[in-house]
Amino acid sequence: MGPSTKLPLWGAAAIVVVTLALAWWLIPSLHHSSDGAQVADQFPNDNFPSTYKRRPSQPTLIRSATILTATDKEIGSGDVLMVDGKIKAVGQHLDAPAGAVVIDGKGKFVTPGIIDIHSHLGVYPSPSNEATSDGNEATKPTTPEVRSENSVWPQDPGFTRALAGGVTAMQILPGSANLIGGRSVVLKNVWSTTTQGMKFPGAPYDLKMACGENPKRVYGEKGGPQTWMGDVAGYRAAFAKAAAYRANWRKYWKTKAGDPPDRDIGLETLALVLDKKIPVQMHCYRGDQMATMIDVMHEFGFRIAAFHHASEAYKVADLLKKNDICAVMWADWWGFKMEAYDGIPENIAMVDHAGACATIHSDDPIGIQRLNQEVAKAMAAGRRMGYPITRAHAIAWMTRNPAKALGILDKTGTLEAGKMADVVVWDHDPFSVYAHAEKVFIDGALLYDRDNPKLSPRSDFELGQEQNGHTGGAGQ
Amino acid sequence: MRKELLLVTLIAAASSAASGQPAQSPALLIRHGHVYTVGAAGTLADADVLVQNGKVAQVGQNITALPGAKVIDARGKPVTPGLMVSWAPLGINELDLVAETNDSAPNQALDSAAFDVADAINPNSTLIPVARIRGVTRSLTTPVDCGDVFCGTAAVIHLGQGPDLIVKRQAGVLAELEPNGGANQKNSRPDIWNKFRETLDDAREYWAQRAGYHRPGGSRDQRSNRIDLDALGPVIQGKEPLLVHVERASTIRQVLQYAQANKLRLVIMGGGEAWEVASELAAAHVPVVLDNDVNLPFSFSDLGATLRNAARLDAAGVTVVFQPQNDDPAHYARTITQIAGNAVANGMKWDHALAAITKNPAEVWGIADSYGTLEPGKDADVVIWDGDPLEVTSAPTAVLIKGVAMPMTSRQTELRDRYRDLAKKNPPHGYR
Repeated sequence: MGPSTKLPLWGAAAIVVVTLALAWWLIPSLHHSSDGAQVADQFPNDNFPSTYKRRPSQPTLIRSATILTATDKEIGSGDVLMVDGKIKAVGQHLDAPAGAVVIDGKGKFVTPGIIDIHSHLGVYPSPSNEATSDGNEATKPTTPEVRSENSVWPQDPGFTRALAGGVTAMQILPGSANLIGGRSVVLKNVWSTTTQGMKFPGAPYDLKMACGENPKRVYGEKGGPQTWMGDVAGYRAAFAKAAAYRANWRKYWKTKAGDPPDRDIGLETLALVLDKKIPVQMHCYRGDQMATMIDVMHEFGFRIAAFHHASEAYKVADLLKKNDICAVMWADWWGFKMEAYDGIPENIAMVDHAGACATIHSDDPIGIQRLNQEVAKAMAAGRRMGYPITRAHAIAWMTRNPAKALGILDKTGTLEAGKMADVVVWDHDPFSVYAHAEKVFIDGALLYDRDNPKLSPRSDFELGQEQNGHTGGAGQ
Repeated sequence: MRKELLLVTLIAAASSAASGQPAQSPALLIRHGHVYTVGAAGTLADADVLVQNGKVAQVGQNITALPGAKVIDARGKPVTPGLMVSWAPLGINELDLVAETNDSAPNQALDSAAFDVADAINPNSTLIPVARIRGVTRSLTTPVDCGDVFCGTAAVIHLGQGPDLIVKRQAGVLAELEPNGGANQKNSRPDIWNKFRETLDDAREYWAQRAGYHRPGGSRDQRSNRIDLDALGPVIQGKEPLLVHVERASTIRQVLQYAQANKLRLVIMGGGEAWEVASELAAAHVPVVLDNDVNLPFSFSDLGATLRNAARLDAAGVTVVFQPQNDDPAHYARTITQIAGNAVANGMKWDHALAAITKNPAEVWGIADSYGTLEPGKDADVVIWDGDPLEVTSAPTAVLIKGVAMPMTSRQTELRDRYRDLAKKNPPHGYR
């Protein structure tokens, strides 16, 4: 490489200096104004801003399909119109705007894009090895300072496979080794070289916390917690510290007296949790443990958006309903450990029947590809126990309800005018094992087409592997 | 009609004599089923299945019930053989992470061909009714998570009521030939391969002079334990299969050549890239056992993983056998229908997928004389379904194992029923 094409070191240094200076002035809470006062009296909450831009799209009309809107409505032969990345209209006999792509939906089904509220794609990617295992900062039991978005590897081939399964958005969580595992991030399932380029614009952050066996198993011989009561004491100690931290800053912001308190980025996150700006996504299997966490929540005044895995949610569905907490469940996983022993296939249907918010999840790079089948199993289990669950209703378990639990229901999760056009066209009833997601739209852009290999994204990792000639790519 | 009756009686008598069962259980007639025999008779619309003395006595149209026979009207719904899962620690593992309940892996990181699952089968395992009420009636129960090359000895069990579930002991020995990071397994293929060959060489040498070894003053210098070399006897003699977990196409070819040179009955387990070797496997009559949903490159050994693996193998003439969801195939034994259904969704013929969870495992595991199809003389493992058995929304309405109607309950149905009415506070759930 010739010297003329090489950026001199000083040049790189200058760019870094300028960038840092810009950041200093653009992020108000990090600097003092000329008179020495803190400019913004709040904790910073958007340090890795989304650079996601919706992909180019044409106005698209899907005609004469069976439409499950995820608002408890099934339209037998209906149309969905997408314009400028948004759902323009859902109904019957819609007119196609000039130049619109018209898709014949006869015999096909249209649903909102699937949202997997519990995924570790990117942080525990394929291939799985020491170099790629970035999901648990298992060095101490409380790590609110870490963020899954800083671990996501956007080239995880799992993203492409999930897209072929109709998944348009995911919450990527840190693992469950820690009592407080760090912030999660919500991503759009778009191919991108950066994680920021996948970040769902406007989606709130969440905090991953974990009940039960996992923190005990990881830390029992490493200084604790060794018991469930130790777990609970750990959450309370962390939030007590965060409350004091927040009080110190509030005092400083009010008086501007003396030096500002030292920054602690972990306690900053917990303070935002106490401010209810960051809800908690809580890994918790047992009903009694959920009840305990609800008490801790009330003690400190934070908000638990959802209990994840929640094998025993059916035992406390009334409590979940009362506290407006979603249960995030598998269709039929159980028994891989003691706290999962009481998992039953009717869990989702029973939680739903009790009027609480029921949601499917995968927690698995294979399962995420077929959440429609998982919902189908849960729906069928509910019907067999006598609940008249329609598919128009069950579709919400993988679309509307996860959107609600993630605080993005105003943007996606249903087929309603004005929402992001995150839409899946299925070749059969999506609640059949034989169904495929045929076309997947994200913000109105066709990003996966089963019938068009050119619209089947492939990760960098899967290039140049000879045995992969027929595979790789989303729809392999 | 009289002729049919006579035939039924004769078959019943013959099968009763063959099974040596002293007690005459009452006959049971399943009528008006859409019967998938998975045998030579194919699929029979509006057909009946007569069950007597634990066996299928007759399959066909308009079978007359014997006096006193129980009659079940299948109302045109699908009737299939009971399903078989393969490569699952079913019956030897209650809770993966509760060590005292988990007998699915040798604790010592040694070669352990003698680690015999038949020594650990628990007929009271709560997993058995959970699988059974979803149509699973047989299992090739195997060790999992091997710490070294040889993982142990498999057994065939049935999922009926105890006390003795074992159908066949010593149904094969499982080995792991890809680097899996096992406690005592080096991460180099030549290391693994050397251990594999050395152990089998030792077993051949040992069996050639086994009597001498047991003689006073006899000697041996093999690395492996005597019981492990004993356990490998049926395998090196080609009587029982060697189940080899491999993923990479090159490793599959290598073990295939070895098996042919040494006249072993090879079964490929996993085989993420087996589709690339399909014609060679077919020519050598080597079956593949797989969870076909695994389509990600979880390691560098299975970069070619694809949802079309089963369909391609099947089309090439390879005998395909399905494993349930492979991250926990015992607890998720009931996913076997979903795995088969997804294979169909990705190009496999429907009836071939059904065979891959009935007839094919019966043949591969050497129990086809008594199980795998709905044909006279076979054990009456029969399932009546409320819809397409491979569809995720379907479930059995009745399950027979060896002719006995199973209770359609499990620990899970009891939990469901205890909590199904949360609003009702009395009696407390603990008294329901």
